[in-house]
Amino acid sequence: MSQASYPAELLYHPEHDWARISAEDPQLATFGITWYAQDALGEVVFFEAPALGTKLAKDAPYTEVESVKAVSDVVAPMSGEVVEVNEAVTANPGIINEDPYDQGWLVKVRLSDPSERESLLDVAAYMATLAG
Amino acid sequence: MSQLAQTPQQREPARTIFQKGAPGRRAFVCPALDVPAVDPGELLPARFRRTEPPRLPEVSEPEIVRHYVGLSKRNFDLDSGFYPLGSCTMKHNPRLHERVAALPGHARLHPLQDPASAQGALELMWRLQNALAEVSGLPHVSLQPSAGSHGELAGVLLTRAYHEDRGERRHKVLAPDTSHGTNPATVTMAGFELVKLATNADGGVDLDDLRAKADEDVACLMLTNPNTLGLFDPNISEIAEIVHRVGATLYYDGANLNAVMGLSRPGDMGFDIVHFNLHKSFTQPHGGGGPGSGPIAVSDRVAPYLPVPVVVRRTRTGTTPSGAHASEDGAYDLDYERPKSIGRLRGFHGNYGCFVRSYAYICSLGGDGLRDASETAVLNANYLLARLREHGVAEYLPLAYGELCMHEFVLSGGPMKRELGLKTLDLAKRLLDFGFHPPTVYFPLLVDEALMVEPTETETKETLDAFAEAIAAILKEAAEDPQIAQGAPYSTPVRRLDEVAAAKRPVIREVLA
Amino acid sequence: MLAAIGVSSLQEVFERQIPEGVRLGRSLELPDGLGEQDVYEHLRELAARNTSVEDELSFLGAGMYDHYVPALIDMLTERSEFLTPYTPYQPEISQGGLQVMFEYQTAISELTALPVSNASVYEGPSAVAAAAYLAKLHNGRRRLVVSAGLHPHSIQTLRTNAHGYGMEVVEVPLTTGSAGGAQGVTDPDAWAQAIDEDTSAAIFAQPNFYGAVEDAAALSAAAKAGGEPVVICQVDPITLGILAPPGECGVDVAVGEGQSLGNRLDFGGPSFGLFAAREEYLRRIPGRIAGETVDVDGRRGFVLTLQTREQHIRREKATSNICTAQALNALAGVVYLSWLGRRGIVELGELLLARTHYARERLTALEGVEALHEQPVIRELAVRVDADVAAVRRRCIEQGVNPGVDLHALSARPEDEGGLLVAITERRSRADIDRLAEVLGAAVAAERGTAERGAQAPEPGADAPERGADAPERGAAVAI
Repeated sequence: MSQASYPAELLYHPEHDWARISAEDPQLATFGITWYAQDALGEVVFFEAPALGTKLAKDAPYTEVESVKAVSDVVAPMSGEVVEVNEAVTANPGIINEDPYDQGWLVKVRLSDPSERESLLDVAAYMATLAG
Repeated sequence: MSQLAQTPQQREPARTIFQKGAPGRRAFVCPALDVPAVDPGELLPARFRRTEPPRLPEVSEPEIVRHYVGLSKRNFDLDSGFYPLGSCTMKHNPRLHERVAALPGHARLHPLQDPASAQGALELMWRLQNALAEVSGLPHVSLQPSAGSHGELAGVLLTRAYHEDRGERRHKVLAPDTSHGTNPATVTMAGFELVKLATNADGGVDLDDLRAKADEDVACLMLTNPNTLGLFDPNISEIAEIVHRVGATLYYDGANLNAVMGLSRPGDMGFDIVHFNLHKSFTQPHGGGGPGSGPIAVSDRVAPYLPVPVVVRRTRTGTTPSGAHASEDGAYDLDYERPKSIGRLRGFHGNYGCFVRSYAYICSLGGDGLRDASETAVLNANYLLARLREHGVAEYLPLAYGELCMHEFVLSGGPMKRELGLKTLDLAKRLLDFGFHPPTVYFPLLVDEALMVEPTETETKETLDAFAEAIAAILKEAAEDPQIAQGAPYSTPVRRLDEVAAAKRPVIREVLA
Repeated sequence: MLAAIGVSSLQEVFERQIPEGVRLGRSLELPDGLGEQDVYEHLRELAARNTSVEDELSFLGAGMYDHYVPALIDMLTERSEFLTPYTPYQPEISQGGLQVMFEYQTAISELTALPVSNASVYEGPSAVAAAAYLAKLHNGRRRLVVSAGLHPHSIQTLRTNAHGYGMEVVEVPLTTGSAGGAQGVTDPDAWAQAIDEDTSAAIFAQPNFYGAVEDAAALSAAAKAGGEPVVICQVDPITLGILAPPGECGVDVAVGEGQSLGNRLDFGGPSFGLFAAREEYLRRIPGRIAGETVDVDGRRGFVLTLQTREQHIRREKATSNICTAQALNALAGVVYLSWLGRRGIVELGELLLARTHYARERLTALEGVEALHEQPVIRELAVRVDADVAAVRRRCIEQGVNPGVDLHALSARPEDEGGLLVAITERRSRADIDRLAEVLGAAVAAERGTAERGAQAPEPGADAPERGADAPERGAAVAI
């Protein structure tokens, strides 16, 4: 994805991670990294998914993505338990660069505290942090 | 395939030694079995034996020679051309050093032979220790660490031992955000947390940030001076004072020692621990990536914790402490009686082969010669910088910080990228076509599209001029057609390589039949 | 040049950058520089005061060995193109060095039967410490269980580093034979008992420090049954032509001292350390790795890869702080292995096996000399002499034969008093071994005779007058 893009319906974490709360089930969320993060890294060559059942803590790193030149922590925007991982991305990490928000999702999480969403940024606030 | 004609080397595909040879060929002739033959099963039970021989090559000696000589010709090297890698100090490697290092009386000594039978070797190590003590201004030296980063680990472990001996367990080590990558890794391995310090507008340590972060949980500040921007920090004495006031140690990364030998000494600047890279300032050849050697020199308060063994001089009444002014009689020995030592960091006592070469270098130059080397290194860097600030270059590759520099300087390729569409990487690859090894790229991280240039004292004015002209030519070419540099290099044995593919699907050995 | 810079003197460049308070202001107090000829004479004079393995018949070993290094290795390692370049950060002009690394990695993988090898680390003992760090990153546990059969320098280096890692080192003894079982290998019961759920790594040597061949497969299996630590084995690469390789014995990480492979003794360094592991540890191993790739035209080439593991990118999360490999020494290693070849490494191993066995037979047949253990030996053997081993060694050396390493001086274990570690290489012929037996036998007999006479007569003065400035004081010898 060559043009910067930040979907309005997502919630953002200042460490360049996003969360999408499921419309059908407010206790289920999908996490990933933003366009800014994949652009800074360059082409992603390796992503190791956490094991199913791993407990994530808000603001804490839960895995890493690696490009040729850099590695970056992936930070959990909210707390919960990993219920699904994106096998396609593990097999072909470049998907994260091509489509960081849809095909490039990383994990699906059963949230332990949905109210944590209040502390996340909306798209305008997140883009403001990029400008600064 | 490229439209351009291929060079002979480009035409030749890469084949490993494993793809050469044929069954039955051999180079080694084993000495005959001259002891009584015993049933192999009696010597070694079958279950301990390897069932299939390892699939090493089956090649004759001429094949081996041709293969590796051929590989050598696919390498650029310092004897062949200019190598201005910042932070690496690519100075000339005199061949005398290889001659003396190969003397059997140096090369064929066993590390565990009795000290009485190695007095020449131990004296060489003693004299080298004294020379390093004099250059650094710190009296106590250990030659043990195997490389610069190993010397850093020693330094941080020494710091830890120093504090623990005083009943304190501190948790933090400070380092500037311009520091070399080995510093943070070393800190973690020694059980500390790294806290970064900001750099001020002049390229030195931000004193306010230092004052805010220097507390009694800080064990050490790790610095190099001049720093990775090639700038001597004018506040160094005050930095030392702030650090010592909270009881922390001050550690000197010797990667940039080539700027200050005989001119300024880390010990006099207030450092407690210095590590040297013998493969940088003291011209141990780089070998394509090792071996190196990373001795350390320390102050009195840190000396008790030095790794064992230490080279000492015995007298009838005791042991002479190390240092430049130690007495000149008595036998040389390896001292293990050091109850507060951190212990060993490796087997035996260090990379003696490197000591021989560096010692020969110091003998050749003498004190005044070492100073001349640093002065010339600084002169060459400033001259090259002046040439690169001329019209046609400076607007695309401005100096990142400062006015003058020490032995190296950092340019920013940011304007070049914005205005010509050329990244520092492209410039580097195009320089290969001009017969130069590029400077260090993308370090320090603080500078956008960084290019770090260190010419060393070895180079003539003519070489520096040629390099500056090549940079100017590439920029001029890029202004007309940036695609040329973006597709470079064209004349090297292989063209630009796909590093992404190598990382995505690592293939790190030949698949053997 | 000064005009171009815009200064009136070079001094000005320094005065503007170095504060007065830290300017040295005097010459360095070092001897004046010398011309090449004088430097050569000085270095030659220092060399002349050393006894090299050319000057005496040496059976010293314990980690470094006097093997024959073929002349073509000297020729290749002196070539400018291998000797003088830096680490290959610009791969297009470093294909020679990168391909050598790739070939070296292939050779080490093949020798160890482990698929992942780096391009070398510094040397043996620090490689053990690096492997322990890998275990810590892998499983986060706190204990390191170590066989007493590991080289003392490896154990000491591990302890120094473990303090920084925040890990505890627990040593498992060797069998003593007192319980009627075999002597000289890692005690299997103590080993199994020591390994628990908090054990990060279990580390042993093959062959062990006392020259004994261990049951590596059994030790690995016991470790896996215990708490599944990372199993680390320190190997002697020259033995891997005939010993079962670590990858086939359940070992996770193999490390070792590479000096035997085509490198000089050099009074202990530089050499290289080998480091190989199972596939799952690919992203955790330290040091440089060369990987295969293609260029824009599809040509096969090599680059440094997986660099995100290394110090300069991951910084505080790096798998180690190792910046250099030992590229030139690893070049010597892979050339040596190519020179030995598939059959040569086996033939050499069989020769060492036969001669080491013969040496043990000859030496243990001497009066006052017994084997420290009866385990299979392959290139080194341990005996105990019934006399003052330092005095015995001195007598042998006076006869031009260095009989081996004083075990107790190296290990500091009380049970190693009187121990001698005798190393055999292809340079030690049968005639050499026979000479060793002759000289050692005479030395032991003389010392036993002296001891008997000494027990009946007053002791001579502790400081014999002729021992003075030419040799270290007696009694100052301590653990190496």
